[in-house]
Amino acid sequence: MSAAPAPALSVGGSTLELINASIQFRQHLVLRDITLNVPRGQTLAVIGESGCGKTVLLKLMIRLLKPSKGMVKFDGRDLGLLNEHELNQTRLRFGFLFQMAALFDSLTVFDNVAFGPREHKLFDSMTLTRIVHERLHEVGLSEEIENKKPAELSGGQRKRVGLARALALDPEVMLYDEPTTGLDPIMSDVINVLIVQTQTRKKSTGVVVTHDMKTVAKVADRVVMLYPLARLKAGEPQILYDGPPEAIGDSPDPRVRQFVHGEAGERLRELAQQRDGES
Amino acid sequence: MAVASTPQSESSPVQRLGEQIYETLAELGEMAQFSGLTLSWMVRKLPKWNVLVPNFYTIGVSSMPVVAITGTFIGMVLAVQAHSQFAIMGLASRLGSVINISLVKELGPVLAATMLAGRVGSSMAAELGTMRVTEQIDALSALGTNPIQYLVVPRFMACVLLIPLLTLMADFMGVIGGAAVSTQMLKVDSYHYWFYSRKYVGSLDLFAGVFKSYFFGAAIALISCHRGFHSRAGAEGVGRAATEAFVFSFIAILFLDFCIGIVWNAAYNAFYPEPAHLL
Repeated sequence: MSAAPAPALSVGGSTLELINASIQFRQHLVLRDITLNVPRGQTLAVIGESGCGKTVLLKLMIRLLKPSKGMVKFDGRDLGLLNEHELNQTRLRFGFLFQMAALFDSLTVFDNVAFGPREHKLFDSMTLTRIVHERLHEVGLSEEIENKKPAELSGGQRKRVGLARALALDPEVMLYDEPTTGLDPIMSDVINVLIVQTQTRKKSTGVVVTHDMKTVAKVADRVVMLYPLARLKAGEPQILYDGPPEAIGDSPDPRVRQFVHGEAGERLRELAQQRDGES
Repeated sequence: MAVASTPQSESSPVQRLGEQIYETLAELGEMAQFSGLTLSWMVRKLPKWNVLVPNFYTIGVSSMPVVAITGTFIGMVLAVQAHSQFAIMGLASRLGSVINISLVKELGPVLAATMLAGRVGSSMAAELGTMRVTEQIDALSALGTNPIQYLVVPRFMACVLLIPLLTLMADFMGVIGGAAVSTQMLKVDSYHYWFYSRKYVGSLDLFAGVFKSYFFGAAIALISCHRGFHSRAGAEGVGRAATEAFVFSFIAILFLDFCIGIVWNAAYNAFYPEPAHLL
């Protein structure tokens, strides 16, 4: 089955590109020949079942993981050809909101948000304080929590501090790894609104990995659906859908429709077959 | 939908042995690379004081009580165990030389290092393992900071620079403990106890123990940080990393002690051809 063509949503040139990227851990192939362009200014949602490689894809984009094959380009430059200094400088143009926020336990909220600019000595201390307060306000947090440690924060607050930390360097590309997972519906909506505001205000490029179709509908310009390699037929592309969010429910592929509507469908039959095979 | 299945063949014992050897060699290579990167970052960029000081406190100051207590008791136990044998031979007055040479050349450095591996090594592995599992190490990279430079170099410096002081403390407390038991409890003549100690324990012996400790400190830091960085997911993975950190560090301490002992004796005999007689 061939993937649907990408919609023409490009605001500028292509900013983030994966070209035939594959990655495997030991013998386990997770992503195979992924080719994907994320044009400047676009917000791309990556959806798919747990374990299909969404987070791995996100980490490839910032080279936290190296592709076993193929390449990842940012602004036309192959990230694999950059030396360590160049790579670190390039990473400063990205913001990454981790699934569990990944705040540094030993640092206060203030120090977490200030970490990037402080490590790279970008501002004097007064400017840094102002920037940290601005970022905390942008994500709806007051200065009162700046002296708290991450362990003292709720899940929603941790996510928002994580977002403030990612925004502290004013990134051109924001990567969000399951931003609403583990949050209540109201806080999920708060995070979705913050993502939309961030993308609109900063005019940044965004990639959002999520299972949540509400997040997709609210924040995405384009959706890509990945499928686990172990369950694909030989020769099938791993991207089952690549198109606008409004049309995903009408995809000709039943696996895409089942995912969107949350129906187990064939998955139940596969699990039954697996169980029978094992017994 | 048909599921693409991978054939699972039973591997033979020879194949499993080959795989085990391959994995061990790969692990050693990885460890060597990790150590090389740590040393190269030490030269390229020194950590900031606000990162170094907490590590120095945790590794050095907090380890003092346990090292002091261990040293004291080892000195006391040595006195109790050696006294009966020496008394039979009528050499009880020479007890000080045996206790103190054993302490400064072997037991002080090895026990201080063992305590450090147990108290600090496992704690470092658990802390870094948790950071790995909660993606805090990835977050450091995403913020353009090298995790080895930020996390490993300060711990390495603290271990290497402070373990000689901990060794000296273990030596000192052991000497005091041994002398207290020998002269106060076992009624060995105080004058002769210290006379023979001074006669047979020189500054070179003290230096031999301190010299070894640098290697022990480096091994503890590198092994523990490496285990933490390569921790597997979950509580079990972090627990295993902490256990491996201690076990591997302990083996490394004994191995290095043996190797340095041989090299030291060879060097000593080369510079001082007359063998030193203890008694």
